[in-house]
Amino acid sequence: MTATPEPAQNLIDRDRLNDVNLANQDGHNSFIDQGFTWLVQGFAMSVVIVLGWMSWVIFRQAQPAIEKFGFGFLWTQNWDINELTFGALPYIYGTLVSSAIALIIALPIGLAVAVVTSERFLPPWIRSPIAFVVELIAAIPSVIIGLWGIFVLIPFLQPVQQWLFQHLSWIPIFNSEPAGPSMLIAGIILAIMILPTIAAISREVLIAIPKELRTASASLGATQWETIFRVLLPSAISGILGAAMLGLGRALGETMAVTMVIGNSDQISTSLLNPGNTIPALLANQFAEASDGLHIGALMYLALILFALTLIVNMLAIVLVKFLKPGEA
Amino acid sequence: MQFSFHDSATDPSSPTASGMTPALRVKDLAFYYGSQKAIESVSMDIYQGQVTAIIGPSGCGKSTFLKALNRISELEGTVRVEGQVEFFGQNIYSRQVNLNRLRRQIGMVFQKPNPFPISIYDNVAYGVRVYSRPSRSSLDETVESALKSAALWSEVKDNLNKSALGLSGGQQQRLCIARALAVKPKILLMDEPCSALDPIATMKIEELIDHLRQELTIAIVTHNMQQASRVSQYTAFFSTDESRIGQLIEFGSTAQIFMEASQPRTRDYVEGRFG
Ligand SMILES: Nc1ncnc2c1ncn2[C@@H]1O[C@H](COP(=O)(O)OP(=O)(O)OP(=O)(O)O)[C@@H](O)[C@H]1O
Ligand SMILES: [Mg+2]
Repeated sequence: MTATPEPAQNLIDRDRLNDVNLANQDGHNSFIDQGFTWLVQGFAMSVVIVLGWMSWVIFRQAQPAIEKFGFGFLWTQNWDINELTFGALPYIYGTLVSSAIALIIALPIGLAVAVVTSERFLPPWIRSPIAFVVELIAAIPSVIIGLWGIFVLIPFLQPVQQWLFQHLSWIPIFNSEPAGPSMLIAGIILAIMILPTIAAISREVLIAIPKELRTASASLGATQWETIFRVLLPSAISGILGAAMLGLGRALGETMAVTMVIGNSDQISTSLLNPGNTIPALLANQFAEASDGLHIGALMYLALILFALTLIVNMLAIVLVKFLKPGEA
Repeated sequence: MQFSFHDSATDPSSPTASGMTPALRVKDLAFYYGSQKAIESVSMDIYQGQVTAIIGPSGCGKSTFLKALNRISELEGTVRVEGQVEFFGQNIYSRQVNLNRLRRQIGMVFQKPNPFPISIYDNVAYGVRVYSRPSRSSLDETVESALKSAALWSEVKDNLNKSALGLSGGQQQRLCIARALAVKPKILLMDEPCSALDPIATMKIEELIDHLRQELTIAIVTHNMQQASRVSQYTAFFSTDESRIGQLIEFGSTAQIFMEASQPRTRDYVEGRFG
């Protein structure tokens, strides 16, 4: 090894070899780094601040109603602007029921879309357009969905609603004469609106499952369907629940399209064929005209309740996703 | 390089190729990924009750060959096969073949342990549950005997309901072997089953392979020459030429391949001068 050729040594950068100093010599650089860190932290904090500010403003404006009605607001049914008596129950009920209908319809369909577009039942040239079109629904403004609901969906589904009433009216949820707008229609509209969320997220979750698990299942003699039901869906369960919760969160807060098709009735009815109302719909309808402090307070109180509802749903989603990680059960 | 051979292959009284039943008979097999040919003109037998090692440099198509033997390769997209593979006389590529039955008969263990993210018990029971509705007691028996065959029972018998993901890599690999054994395959294909394992786990799996030979036929891909010489009775050497298409260069008893290979390329490879 004594006769190492000369040129090889020239390739070694002596300066680099000798430079073992760890001290920060480039103060300028670290200053930019630090500044950038602060900037990013500032932006992140501003989101929290806006959220806190909003809750505080809503809470303060709701104060008159909170003082007057207390928690009883949650389970009283009277909403009379002239008498200034307010109760939130019909709106809480309508919000929960329409969102539940939406979830019950959208979850299986969304899962089906996710499975069909992530597995190889169909050739790619059909699969990708389906996934794309479903995700495109999310881009349609809700006013337009509402208009479509009024002019297309309600007339289209009226015979179905009639049929339900005529043949299944012994079931309490179908025991009223349908007039067009109804809780059921609102639920269906919401289902269409949350479908892309559920389908897209579930699809991502299914695609992210390691290929090895599919291969393992197939190598044990399982068919594609058996693999889907016994391996893929169970492994994806936490992600699918997360998708459902996000969809539910969106359904709870949806305003415009629901207002247009739900019929805006303040009566609580077990029948889904009857019109109803939701918190966001009521807020949209009344806020512009509300002048009395107590009226505004009652609307703000409703907003606070909606806020709490969506917060609970989202927290539930986080908890479920955390604790239902596959394999840790 | 020193090799130790398994008795039956060096023992002159051991059966020769002509006296053996082929569990799988491969005839002039060619395999394409899309339009890309990966292996061509492979003809060899995998004898019943014997361990056949498949060796060769990286990328020569060993995994491809193995995956063509139970048609698991078809999960990977558009693949095409020419030639024949006969499983006890039936062409596995014929139209009448039910893929799920085929794969139950020809099990597979992969390079990377791939347990399902469910309990140890459910992992082993998975394949059985897919095609039958066994009673709890018969399922318990199957699970226990599969885990015993895979030399894992004593380590996990008190934790059968724990998640399989909590096992070590070596234990996971033996669990995957147990899972494959539970459906009682005739043939077990193993693709570098020890490549992620430490020497002790590797030794356990090698002992296991030797033991399993009494019940089933094994084909194992390995990069470890010592391993091939220790566990197998027959060896197939694959390699590629300039065209990058994998070919079977030489097939014979393990002793023959390692001691007196007829092809210079085989000799170079097993002596570590190539690949
Ligand atoms: N899914 C695939 N799609 C396309 N080409 C593939 C695919 N899998 C393997 N190949 C190609 O086929 C050839 C053989 O690959 P294979 O995995 O069978 O080699 P191998 O002998 O198992 O190598 P290694 O020892 O590294 O595992 C390679 O050229 C590889 O690029
Ligand atoms: Mg390989």
